[in-house]
Amino acid sequence: MIAAAAVGGILLATVTLYGILGGADFGGGLWDLLAGGDRRGHAPRRLIDESITPVWEANHVWLVFALVIFWTAFPVAFASVMTTAALPLWLAVGGIVLRGAGFAFRKEVSGLGMQRAFGAVFAFSSLLTPFFMGTVIGAVAAGQIPANASHASLAAWTNPTSLLIGFLFVGACGYLAAVYLIGEAARRGDRRLQGYFTRRAQAAGAATGALSLATLLELHGPAAALQHNLTGRGLSLVILAGLTGLAVLALLAAGRPRGIRVLAALGVAAVVWGWGVAQYPALLPGTAVTLSNAGAPHSTLVALVVLFAAVVALIGPSFWLLFALHGRQLLQGGEGLIAPAGGRTGAGSPARPRRSSGRAGRAGRASRIVAIGLIAAGAVARARGGRSR
Amino acid sequence: MIAATRVSGEVVPARAQMAATLGFHIILACLGIALPTIVLIAEFIGLRRPDQVAMVLARRWSQAMGVLVAVGAVTGTVLSFEMGLLWPGLMRKYGAVLGLPFGVEGLFFFLEAIFTAIYLYGWRRLGGWAHWWTGVPIALSGIFGAMSVIAVNAWMNQPGGFTVSHGRIVSVDPWQVFFNHAAIYEMPHMILAAYMVSGFTVAGVYAAGILRGRRDRYHYTGFALGFVPAAILTPFQIFVGDTAARDIAQDQPVKFASMEYVQRTSSHVPEWLAGVYANGHIYGGLKIPDVDSLLVGFSPGTKVIGWDTVPAADRPPVAWLIHLCFDAMVGIGFLLLLAGLWALWGWWRHRSLPRQRLFWLLGALSGLAAIVAMEAGWVVTEVGRQPWVVYRLQTTTQAATTNGGVITSLSIVLVLYAVLGIATVLILRALARRWRRGGVPETGVPYGPQPEIPDARGTRGTSPGRART
Repeated sequence: MIAAAAVGGILLATVTLYGILGGADFGGGLWDLLAGGDRRGHAPRRLIDESITPVWEANHVWLVFALVIFWTAFPVAFASVMTTAALPLWLAVGGIVLRGAGFAFRKEVSGLGMQRAFGAVFAFSSLLTPFFMGTVIGAVAAGQIPANASHASLAAWTNPTSLLIGFLFVGACGYLAAVYLIGEAARRGDRRLQGYFTRRAQAAGAATGALSLATLLELHGPAAALQHNLTGRGLSLVILAGLTGLAVLALLAAGRPRGIRVLAALGVAAVVWGWGVAQYPALLPGTAVTLSNAGAPHSTLVALVVLFAAVVALIGPSFWLLFALHGRQLLQGGEGLIAPAGGRTGAGSPARPRRSSGRAGRAGRASRIVAIGLIAAGAVARARGGRSR
Repeated sequence: MIAATRVSGEVVPARAQMAATLGFHIILACLGIALPTIVLIAEFIGLRRPDQVAMVLARRWSQAMGVLVAVGAVTGTVLSFEMGLLWPGLMRKYGAVLGLPFGVEGLFFFLEAIFTAIYLYGWRRLGGWAHWWTGVPIALSGIFGAMSVIAVNAWMNQPGGFTVSHGRIVSVDPWQVFFNHAAIYEMPHMILAAYMVSGFTVAGVYAAGILRGRRDRYHYTGFALGFVPAAILTPFQIFVGDTAARDIAQDQPVKFASMEYVQRTSSHVPEWLAGVYANGHIYGGLKIPDVDSLLVGFSPGTKVIGWDTVPAADRPPVAWLIHLCFDAMVGIGFLLLLAGLWALWGWWRHRSLPRQRLFWLLGALSGLAAIVAMEAGWVVTEVGRQPWVVYRLQTTTQAATTNGGVITSLSIVLVLYAVLGIATVLILRALARRWRRGGVPETGVPYGPQPEIPDARGTRGTSPGRART
């Protein structure tokens, strides 16, 4: 039971990280969509693009990791969710493909028409993907997933609760993205864009708060227990979410953007964990499926806990490196932005293998440590694998 | 009963969809695994010698890698979803077992994504060797990630490492799941294939340029950086493949029987080159007596198990497809070996690559050929395992979704992936054209994000980039 609860917590943690990191990337697409015509939308689109580019793929991996944990630890529930909510999941998958491809292609095509076309694909799918993901989570929270589903159900994700949670996801993505983009603009000293995204963060924050409240009030029927628990043992998290939202709005109104990113992320995390705490120990509310009887044996759960510890140990510092380099604007301008031959730009000039200095040197050393660690881990794995045969 | 017929109705489109999406993604996966190494070799030479041409190639390949990694990341995600959307029966029963290697793969996917971002976007501001080192974790995690995914496929061929009680899995041994018996040969076989696909594809691009008369150091360097590693690995791949085939004759005799047209268990089994099996006859094809027995056990008297050992329902459905794909894979492997030997001979005699047009034609086609061989290999291993999804434990029919409408998702996926594939190729070609024109990208389009290079168009005073230098 402890192992099952621990893995449940790990699953919720990965969902949270996907929400506050990957969700903001979708939100960036949302603001791209609403940025207006070519000229008017140029500056915000550029900021959005530069903020998302180096990080969206790494952020996206949290989704894959959450899926893997879900099907490994709770295979029975996983199969039921995937069967019942097949349609919105297919639509979300389509959105993921179009979002990623549209974003990557827009960067490399030349000509306004093509950039517009791929940009529209990127932006529209950034809107649809979180919505459909939200309806799936909504179907789970609303108790619409049967224990052993054998066919898809439209009603499971088109009921008011599920749809509200779909809209809530879109709102939260937009809120996070706008708040993060205020910070990006502030760091570049761009007051105009700072104001631009402040207004949008306020609107999205208000909308997200309203949607959260509406969802809370809408929970009834099979989800009545969830509502009961959200106002019971999950109440502190609900209050925390509300307070962070109000704090962000207050800081925005005062024009002091320091710390709002952490607060906004904390608010979204509080909502996710509020849901988790309220639902515990049920995995599929309305059925007898709980964390501990959803399929996986104890040894699998233990292996997942060990794996997650390894992820935290290896991925934590790597993400820190990525965000630190990105934050110091060292990750701008791939090959695409440089005139290659004859250019005497930084790394390109092969004149002399210079001693790399400062932050760049630290990045190199950190990568070297990871590389050596990987080789060692591989050797150990091979040795152990060889012994176990 | 009605449910049963409906189930079997969805298996064929579900398999087709899995084959299409996996067949598409696997090409990008190969490039994801091995292309970083080739780029790192180029950058290493560029830094070490120092060599301006190698450096330019490394930077340009990075830009192409940015597109390929993005498409690979999203098509890989599709596969993750399809595990549940198409095969809920498999996941419900065995998710707790085969999920573990997938989890390990997730760890390496993370490392790959993070360091790819640092490497690709750090070209300008992380200088020299520091930048080179940020690429090394990509190459390593590509290899380890591939090992993890292959562990899952190998486990489906040789399931083990778990105990069942009352129809439920009660314990799992992760090490035995990961390093199952088939993993020992599938892992090196696929990783070598990834390096061959990437190396020959890079070589093919520049060989095509050389064929069009672009005979300069830039093109020869690009060709060599891809061709040399791939050609060196080819003989090792042939050795690994040969060993794998012998193991399959032991572990999965029915698959092997389909690969080699072994209809009855016997000794002195002939080797069939090509030929189409239908209704108990083999049409066309070259029959070489005793050679299959010789290959399996090094003696003509070796007994080889035929497909007559299992009832017809337990045999793969299309033996001719499996056999022809196997022959295609092996044939291409030897053709690529020949290309490598030709280059070696040229280097040994003249200290230069061969001048014959035929060699460059072979070089230009080598990338495509390697991809065909790799896909054919996947057809052999996947179709050859049918009717099982988990060998001898679960049939593909039991694993498939009970939802209708897979035909619809299959049709949409086919259209979407066709567009995606064409767009990827067109964009890479457009990139190459832009590089040839002189390298400075056409930027400053008002809609899209604007780089710092000053441009007459669209820069309308409001541009915020001035804060940075």
